[in-house]
This record gives sequence, structure tokens and C-alpha cells, in this order.
Amino acid sequence: MTAILMEVAQVLLVAFLAPLFAGLLRALRAILQNRRPAGCWQNYRDLYRLFHKESLQAEGTSWLFRFAPYGIFAAFCLAAGIIPILATGLPLAPAADVIALVGLFALARVFQVLAAMDTGTPFATLGAHREMLIAGLAEPALLATLFTASLLSQSTSLSVIVAHLEQLRFALHPSMVFAATAFFMVLLAENARIPVDNPATHLELTMIHEAMLLEYSGRHLALMEWGAQIKLVLYVAIGIALFLPWGIAPAGQLTALPLTLTALLLKFAAAALALASVETLLAKLRLFRAPEFMATAFLLGVIGLLSFFMLGA
Amino acid sequence: MSILLVLICAAIGIPLLALWGDGRRGAVMFIGINALVLLAILALALRVLWNGPFTTGDGQFMVDDLSIVLVLVAGVVGLGTAFFSRSYMAREIVHWSLSRRRVRLYHAMFQTFLTTMLLALLTNNMGILWVAMEGATLSTVLLVSLFHTAEGLEAAWKYFILCGVGLAMALFGTILLYFAAQKVLGHDANALLWTHLKTVRHQLQPQVMAIAFIFMLVGYGTKIGLSPLNNWLPDAHASGPSSVSAALSGLLLNVALYAVLRVKVLVDGALDPDFSGRLLMGFGVLSLLVAAFSILRQRDVKRLFAYSSIEHMGLATFAFGIGTPLASFAGLLHMISHSLTKSAVFFSVGQAVQSIGSREIQRIRGLLELSPFLGWAVMLAVLFILGMPPSGIFLSEFLIVTSTLQVQPWLTPFLLLGLGVTFAGIFPRLQGMVFGPAPAGVDAPPVSGIVPVFVQLSLVVVLGVFVPWTLIQWMQHAARLLHG
Amino acid sequence: MTIAAQGLTWGIPLLRLLAALLLLLAFAMLAQRRLLTLIHLLAWQGVVLAAGTALVALLTGQAELWFSATLTLALKAILIPMVLHRLLRRLQVRGDVEAVLNIPVTLLAGIALVIFAFSLAAPISALTGTVTRGMVGIALAAVLLAFLMMITRHKAISQVVGFLAIDNGLFFAATSATLGMPMVVELGVALDALIGFVILGIFFFQMRETFDSMDLRHLERIREE
Repeated sequence: MTAILMEVAQVLLVAFLAPLFAGLLRALRAILQNRRPAGCWQNYRDLYRLFHKESLQAEGTSWLFRFAPYGIFAAFCLAAGIIPILATGLPLAPAADVIALVGLFALARVFQVLAAMDTGTPFATLGAHREMLIAGLAEPALLATLFTASLLSQSTSLSVIVAHLEQLRFALHPSMVFAATAFFMVLLAENARIPVDNPATHLELTMIHEAMLLEYSGRHLALMEWGAQIKLVLYVAIGIALFLPWGIAPAGQLTALPLTLTALLLKFAAAALALASVETLLAKLRLFRAPEFMATAFLLGVIGLLSFFMLGA
Repeated sequence: MSILLVLICAAIGIPLLALWGDGRRGAVMFIGINALVLLAILALALRVLWNGPFTTGDGQFMVDDLSIVLVLVAGVVGLGTAFFSRSYMAREIVHWSLSRRRVRLYHAMFQTFLTTMLLALLTNNMGILWVAMEGATLSTVLLVSLFHTAEGLEAAWKYFILCGVGLAMALFGTILLYFAAQKVLGHDANALLWTHLKTVRHQLQPQVMAIAFIFMLVGYGTKIGLSPLNNWLPDAHASGPSSVSAALSGLLLNVALYAVLRVKVLVDGALDPDFSGRLLMGFGVLSLLVAAFSILRQRDVKRLFAYSSIEHMGLATFAFGIGTPLASFAGLLHMISHSLTKSAVFFSVGQAVQSIGSREIQRIRGLLELSPFLGWAVMLAVLFILGMPPSGIFLSEFLIVTSTLQVQPWLTPFLLLGLGVTFAGIFPRLQGMVFGPAPAGVDAPPVSGIVPVFVQLSLVVVLGVFVPWTLIQWMQHAARLLHG
Repeated sequence: MTIAAQGLTWGIPLLRLLAALLLLLAFAMLAQRRLLTLIHLLAWQGVVLAAGTALVALLTGQAELWFSATLTLALKAILIPMVLHRLLRRLQVRGDVEAVLNIPVTLLAGIALVIFAFSLAAPISALTGTVTRGMVGIALAAVLLAFLMMITRHKAISQVVGFLAIDNGLFFAATSATLGMPMVVELGVALDALIGFVILGIFFFQMRETFDSMDLRHLERIREE
């Protein structure tokens, strides 16, 4: 019973704190760049405003266009239930292993890309193409990273992996160093951050993610944006689970929750700071350099696998 | 003590030449120091003759039958080069208007090079051997680019990078050797001493030793000029002063091969001797053939003889690869005679190039008419390097071919092909260079620079006709040492 | 030389971590186009190397390794990168490095080299105990990657960086795989590295004087006829 409660708590926590995390990240970036931030709560205000607006359907689009925002949002919420964030061994955890998780992300992406192509406008199609270009390289890199972790714990279930990694004193094995680097690069690319994409601009020459959302409005847009914020939190959560798993609670132990929550908040704050500084320090890559970036991530993932076999750790 | 005397004599020359090594006194001092070194080497040789091989300095330095022979050659070639350098550099300094500082640099670096070569031959520590080889590379880089020409800089850069990388591989091999030695000798400062390693060589882990040997063969092989790692060699020989070319061919290549031989002895204990033998034979034949066919295409006389060095080193490597005592004996004899002859070739050809003012073979004509002394020097030196009968090279090549016939008869045609092509590549050009009318407006070179050519060539004849008894003894012992 | 039992539980994983960092930095260099960043990466490699040496010194209690670690830190992490940095400014080399191959292909070749190095070192690792397992492979991989970087670059400075990175890999092999070479040898190797660096400095200025550029493509005049 407590396990089910924790499961629900985790999904709600992720869903409702995701805009806060994104807002915090934006505020930190603004501070680092000597601008005045809009405040951490701006994303909530934006979402609230969008939900109260009329949502228009672009001319000539099919049901796919309307359905996609719900599909995407649902996929990310489901993923939020699978990833061990608050505790390991949650009831939904056996439902999917890391491969299924990557599939879930892919499903959301397919919805997004199809919906963008459905509008038939040049910008959205352009964005869709670019998204697939990045994703085609990012997905194998993500898989390679996750496989390194699963080799270490001899299981592809994320919950088992995290439980295993938490017991090891030195969770940063050589192979995990490579995996962590690769994962960080994938995180940047998948969530449309600098250096691959810039979430803050609508420059047609460079935009990827924003181009796909151009035709959306009202609650559809709100769901899409919210979904993207959840996705970012999920990626950070996976990163934390794999590379900094200390302090996570076993399933059903309510007593461990305060510690877990504190640790989690600290880790997320640190992640936000790290992301903000990376985004401030790096310059955006030209689009045709992006595959290079992803190829590097993939190769690092492969080296992670290799050094596991070589070093046995 | 006498080992240290040799090294101290050589090393003291470096600061002396760096401070006062310019002008006339620099050249004379250079000769004096190397004469002193040769005397110390002769004393050392006498001691080895009476007492046999020994070590000093807590076992850090060692001389045995293999090294004493090469040390003697190094002494002779060092003095010969110093002699040649005096008259040769006097004209080069005027031609390139080298500053006094640059001349001091030349002498000091040259002496550093000679010292590191002696250190490499006399040390007992495989790590120090590496350090000395690297020191030799570093000291010759600036010699190759002495004239600051675009070509010289390119050659020096190539030399530095290729040999640097090669030696990095050799260092990796040395680390692996220590890694293997640790298991037997323990974590000990003496675990890299060759004499210690030799006593326990049968206990070294074969897998580690195999990889270590490959790395060292590739690493030191780069310096020997083994194909396909020989790219730096023709450039460095062609672009530097001829005295440097002579020292590179006469000393550096030999010492690099010596390093490989030391490792081979250790590896043959841990593994089947066939392992190292096959590798050496393969690299040897490949270098011989590649060099022979490259010779056909050369238009630059110094590059021509640089390739001939690769060919001869390939042949010597091949001989050590065969591994029978007779073949090893022949390989050693080949190393010595090649050293003496090839430096003589570069002395005489260097003089000719300097007088004519071009390295192109087509423009070098009528040397006999220009100066009979120089003409004869070029002719004899080149005939000797081609293996004409009274020279030691003829004897060693003959022995190598016969032992190949005994052990690996199917390789003999390749050897003969390589030697034949080399002959066909060099001999016709020699005729063109020596005979015919001399080009107009060229002064005859001074005679004094040619003297070491004849001295060294007469030593080669001695090696070919009547090898002194002590030398035979040493070489036989060394061959037995290499045989295991 | 043995490692105390309590050192095994935390020291060896830490050493492995450093090894991985070394390799990671080698890869980063391979993928890097900018000269300035390249030099920074080299400096970081020096830091990792010094940390590795210090760790081995701590674990085995060899006093001379502390000396070696300090020397490494001073030379490879501070002095040499600083000099390279100044050289870069004084010679006014433009910032970009061009690679001969494009970066993904270079990285793929790098992966192939890593696999080669690991498989070559596999029999050695199989022989050794848990202590130095895999170190030889990683060090060899780092050496080969630096070697690859040298081959694929045109600029003299990036070749030198590659050269120094090779050196770093070798030093790492010496300290972590064999737990420290004999002192004489290590001193000699360090001396050679230093002299080599000085000679390179002289050489750069000669090159600058003769070609007015640091691009090695000027150095392609000698060709086989």
C-alpha cells in the first residue's frame, strides 16, 4: 500500500515540480549571464495562461495533431512512474526495463515528429527532420550508456541497477565515467539545450525543438511544453539514479523518505547549477556539427562498455 | 673504472665545446677530445682482453664481448668524423656564414651525440639504454636543421616526431620488460639491469615478453631505419651536414640495432628463439628489398647512400634473425664493416657535394679529374659499400648468404635480388660521378678531410682479408651470447 | 612492492577511476579542434597523472614517488602548458586546428585503437592480480590515441601536444602498472622530456623564422621521386 502511495507521490512530484526545475534552470542561467531572472515560478504562470487560452487547430491537420500532446504527456508521466526517483522497487518498476524506457521516450518523439509533419508547414517539417537527425544518434548513445550500467549490475531493470549501484561504495567506476560523460551529452541534445539547440530562441536557421511547436496553441501547447519540462527532469533523474544513487529509499520504507527527499532536492539543485553553467560556458554548435557531438557521445558510451569488459568494473 | 673513464672523457667535452667550441680551436678541440676518448676505449679494450667482461658502478655499467666491439667502432668513427668535420665544416661555415654560436652548438651537440652513443653501449640498465637513445635523437635534431633551410627544418621535424614516437613505443616495451622482471626479481632498482635479467630470463612471463619485444623492435627499429618505419632516415641524412650523416649511419643505426639485440637475448630465454628470429628476418628482408628498389629512383646522392644504409641494416638485422652462431658472427661483422665504410662514403661524397655545390647525381661529374685523391676515395668507398672483395662487407655478405642457404634456403633469392638491385642502382652512377670531364669553375677540395676515408677503408680491408685474432674471439663470444 | 590491505578497498578503484579519466581526456583531445582547449586538456592530463602517481606513492609508501608526483605536477600540469600557452601567443598562431580526417571518423579510428590496445593487453591483465589489472591496456590506449592525434593534425603545436600526451600515457603505465620504475630511469626519462621540450621551443622559432607560419603543410617539400 505504501509502495503504491509512493509511486503516486513520485509521479505527482515529478509532474508538478518539473516547471519549477525548468524555471530554476532559467533563472540560474539568467543570473550567470548577468541578466535579471523572471523568477522560478514563471513557468507555472505561463502554463496557467496557456491552459486558459483557446487552442486552435491548424488548417488541414488530422486527428494526430490533436492527439499528439496527450500522447506525449502520457508517455512522460508513465516514464516518471518507472524511473526510481524516490525509491527503488516501486510497483510500476517491473513493467519496463531500460530498453522499454528508451522505447517510451522514442514513442513520445514519434508523436511529436508526426504531429509536426502533419501540419505541413516548412518550419515544422524542418524541425522534425532535424529532431530525427539528432535522435537517430542520441538513442544508441543513450542505450550504450544504460547498457554499461546494466552490465555492472547484470540486469536491465532500472530499479535493480540503482539498488545495486547504491550498495557499491565507488559508484564511479571507470566505465561509469565514460557512461556519465556520454549520458550528459545525450541529456543536452535530447532536451534541446545548448550546444545542440537553444530553447530560448526561435531562429529558423538553428531551431529544432521549438520549430515543431510553432503551430500549437492553448492547452495543446501547454501540454507539449509541460511534457518537455518533465522530460528534462526525467533525464536528470536517470542521471542521478545511475551516477549519484546514494540516499535513495527502498520501496515501502516511509521512514527513509525525509532523507531521500533532502538528498534529492540537493542533487537536483546541483544538477541545475551544473546545467546552467555548461549552457553559459558553451557556445551553440552549428547544426551540421551536432551529429559530430552525438557521435562523440555514442563513442564514449561504447568505450564505457569496452572498459567494463577490460577492467571488469 | 675504465668504463667510467671513457664516459667521463666523452662527457667532459660537451661543456668545453659548448663554451669554447668555435673557430679553429673548436675543431681542434673536437679532434683532441675524440682522440682522448679513443685512447680510453683502447685501454678499456685491453682490460677486457685480459680480464674478460665485467661490470662496474654497482652493476650499472657493463662491458662484454658484444659491446666492446661496437664501442671500438664508435671510437674510431667518432675520431674519423671529428677529423673530417674540421676541414668540411670550415668551408660550410663560410658558405652558410654560420655564427660563432651556431658553430659552438654544432660541436657541443655532436659531442653530446657521441657521448650518448657510448653511454647506450656501456650501460647495463635497459632503462638508461632508452634514455641514451632518446638523448641521441634529441641532440641530433638541431644538427640536422643546422643550416636553417626549409628542407633541413622539415627533415629535422620528421626525424624528431617519427623517432620520438618510435622511442615512445620502445619505452613502453621497456616498461613492460620491467613489469615482467618485477614478477621474478621483485620491485627492485636493479630489476632492469641486463645482467640480472639474463640470469632469470627463462622465468620471465612469455606473453609479456612477446609484447615487450614487439614494442621495442618497432621502437628501436624506427631508429635502425627498418622498413616501413624508415621515412625519416633519407631526409635526415640528406639535409644535415655530411659529418652528421656519417655519424648517423655509422653510429646511431648500429647502436639501435645493438639495443634490439640486447632485448632479443632476453626474449629468447622466455620464448622460442624462432619468435624473435622470424620477426627480425621479416623486417630485415623487407627493409633490404624496399631500400634496394628505392635506390633505383634516387637522384640525390646523399639520399642514395641513406637508402643504402637501410639496405645494409636490413641485411644485418636479417642475419641476427637467422640466429645461428655463424650468421650472428656475420651480422656483427657486417655492422662493423658497414659502420666504417658508410661513414667513409659520406666523408668522401660529402666533400664532392661540397665542391660541386649540388647533391644531384647528374651534376656530380669527373671527380677523378677534379682531384684524383677525392676521386679515388669516392670510388673505393662506394665499391666497398657495394661489397667488392677485399672489403669486410664482402666477407660478411658472403657468410650471411651461405648461412641463409643452410637454414632458410628459400629466402636466398630475395637476398640476392636485393643485393643485385642495389648494385645495379649504384654502380652505373658511380661511373658517372667519377669519370668524365670535371665541371668548369670548381676548386679542388682540401686533401686533409679525405684522410679518415683511407684510414677507415684500410681497416675495412683488414676486416675482409685478415680479421685480428682478438676481434674474432670477441665476435665469436658475442655470437654465442646471441645464440643463447 | 605491495599495497596494504586497507588500501585495496578504496585505493585501487580510485586508481582505476584516474585511469579512465586519463583515457577520457585523450579522447577529448582527439575530438578537440581548438589549440587553446587542447593545451588545457593536456594540463588536465598532467594533473590526473600527478594524482595517480601520488596515489601510488600513498598506497605503496615509496618516498621517491612523492617526489616524482611533485615533479609531474610542476612540469606537466603547470610549466609545460604555460610555456605552450605563451608560445601560442608569441607565435600568434591562429586559434583553429584543422583535422585531416573529420572528427567522427577520427573518433571511430580511436575506438578501433582502444579495442586493439585492450585486446593486446588482455593476456597481460589476465596474468596479473587485481591490483594493476587493465592499467596496461588503458595506458596503451591513451598512448595510441595521442599517436592518432599526431597523425591527423597539421599544426606543429598540436603535434607537440600529441607527443606530450604520448609521454603522459607512458608515465601512467610506468607508475600504475609497475608501481613505479627505478628512480634512475624515471629521472632520465624526465630529463629527456625536458630537454626535448626545450629543443622543440628552439625549433619552433627556427620554423617561424624560415616559414613565417607554424603550419606543417609548408613542410611537404621533400617528396619521393
